[in-house]
Amino acid sequence: MKKRLRIIALVLVVAAVALWAATGANRGWTKTSVPVKTVDEVTGIEGITYRTQFVPGLDFLSLALLGAVVLTGVSFLFHTKSNSPNNQTKP
Amino acid sequence: MKIQLTTILATVVLAGAAVAAPQTFDFKDPKGVNNVVFKTDAVLESINGSANGISGTVTFDPENPAATKGKIVATTASLTVPNPMMNGHLHSDKWLDAAKFPEITFDAKELKNVKTDGNVTAADAVGTFTLKGVSKEFTVPVKLTYLKDKLGARMMGKMQGDLLVLRANLTIKRSDFNINPKAPDDHVSDEIDLTLSIAGASPK
Repeated sequence: MKKRLRIIALVLVVAAVALWAATGANRGWTKTSVPVKTVDEVTGIEGITYRTQFVPGLDFLSLALLGAVVLTGVSFLFHTKSNSPNNQTKP
Repeated sequence: MKIQLTTILATVVLAGAAVAAPQTFDFKDPKGVNNVVFKTDAVLESINGSANGISGTVTFDPENPAATKGKIVATTASLTVPNPMMNGHLHSDKWLDAAKFPEITFDAKELKNVKTDGNVTAADAVGTFTLKGVSKEFTVPVKLTYLKDKLGARMMGKMQGDLLVLRANLTIKRSDFNINPKAPDDHVSDEIDLTLSIAGASPK
């Protein structure tokens, strides 16, 4: 269980960093929409509309890191099965 | 002969009056392109957003741009930032209180320092800016571009008429308008830059 929790924590951090980097490494807050600019040919005005898109930010990374720290912390509550001779059952 | 001359003269006078008459431009844009961009650039955070719920009318006379007057309205609820939590905060009573103060307005009373070059007029618009129930006098540099007979091209021939493009930049202070004055300046700057890019139509 101890090892499993640590692996999950590692996967969580790696996945979060990979997603953050793949979506443009946004150094601001997480966005659920992105502005799309279009130019009106007649007036020259740049119109702005919003397209639904998840762009993780630094808060997303922090949350993933916090989750990984908690999982790692919890993993310390579990004891590793010891293979020492004292714990071995005698015939 | 006398009647014919009178008729011609009357027609010429009426046509002249029609050309010189001030036109009213409606800024409710059916294409939804009109927008106001707002930006706060604090030490730790830069926040950008926009509003597209624009309406209002401006009276503009191509022969006398100095006489331009009008009112532009932006609905508070149309102000948008890409972060959903921040968007909720923005409309809340601490910040803009969109429920209680649904409109942000600029009421232009007169133009000063008017300079016209072709169809472009640059001037300083003097008027009242109202936000969150607080009104303050402002002098805003504006650029007006008169596009005669261009409404048809914009509306795919569904309407004919003229267009008036209005561009303006304005810097306001958050603290002047009671917009969460306790918010730390290093996260949300006191100064907010507003950039207005809108087009109004005067159908014929």
